[in-house]
Amino acid sequence: MSQPIVIGKRKSRFKELAQAAIPGGGNLDLCLTCSSCVNGCPASGISDMDPRKFLRMVLLGLDEEVLQTPWIWWCSMCQRCRRACPMGVDIGALVFMARQQWSRENTPKGIQKSCDLHLEFGNSTGIRREDWVSLCAELAEETRQQEEDWKDLPAPMDKKGAGYYLNQNAKEPTVEPEEMIPLWKILHEVGIDWTYSSEQWDAVNYCMFSGDDRDWEAVVRRQSEIVNDLGCKTLINTE
Amino acid sequence: MVDPSWNKEGIKVTCQDPCNLVRKGLGDSVADDLRFVIKHVAGEENFVDMWPNKSNNYCCGGGGGYLQSGFVEKRRAFGRIKFDQIQATGADIVVTPCHNCRSQITDIGQVYGGKYQTVHLWSLIVKAMVRKSTATPG
Repeated sequence: MSQPIVIGKRKSRFKELAQAAIPGGGNLDLCLTCSSCVNGCPASGISDMDPRKFLRMVLLGLDEEVLQTPWIWWCSMCQRCRRACPMGVDIGALVFMARQQWSRENTPKGIQKSCDLHLEFGNSTGIRREDWVSLCAELAEETRQQEEDWKDLPAPMDKKGAGYYLNQNAKEPTVEPEEMIPLWKILHEVGIDWTYSSEQWDAVNYCMFSGDDRDWEAVVRRQSEIVNDLGCKTLINTE
Repeated sequence: MVDPSWNKEGIKVTCQDPCNLVRKGLGDSVADDLRFVIKHVAGEENFVDMWPNKSNNYCCGGGGGYLQSGFVEKRRAFGRIKFDQIQATGADIVVTPCHNCRSQITDIGQVYGGKYQTVHLWSLIVKAMVRKSTATPG
């Protein structure tokens, strides 16, 4: 059985902040407490918290509790609650805003580290440029040599003017590089003129989850600059 | 061209609708495209849908940074509902078009004793692909 909210000292700075930032003028007050969000949320009940309870705490101005609960990291911001809500209350955005309030030092280390690696190496697992380039070249060469039907398989890198720019979740070259080959085969078979880039080629962006908008933007901006420099018309995000 | 005849044994396939692609992205139309492709590469009769699905699908628990957050127990508790949903389909394979979904669904399968495998969509397509030049499956 869920425990009642204990109302302590109240400050409602976070509520005001959230209402100013959420699109539509802040829709938090529209909550009917119907619980549709709770019933469809896999994070409901994890450590006695759920989306409705979290929202009630924000509305009650319980800033301290709202900004300290680690539940905001146990919610995946999947937005199923928002979809279920008859009033369109955006609890996912609220959770994201709470994440923004956490200091860099307190952000879960793994998320922050993946973001930091992305900023430093251009991908979230910290693969060095020369390793990424040689990995792709070697995988393509092995396939061409070993598979009779794929003697012509390319894995283009930094190809100027290619129609499509392809990025790749860094986990694939890190843990299952051979899983990239089927993708190359499909693109080749259907006649897509594509390329990878030798830097900032990661399809994921953990800076989007750490709650630091500047880091998030830096990652997106750098990749978009590379796509523009290569002259590619379309970016295929494989994640 | 794709040919589903590789699936002679009638291996059952379901799919995870990635939240970022479907509910938070392109909506039900891309979920329909996903099913169109899977049915053509694995055989229409071999596709089993989860319920609820598409924009109402449950998150697997791999998103939002969860996989890197270090909260392993919470992540697996979150994923329990997804595991039960997959088990209810009886599928042998879960197509996971998002790598985070693939990592999480593989993990909860191992933890909770599932017998299914996960596969990238592109790997499944290549299994059924017939090359124009050689007319042999890829």
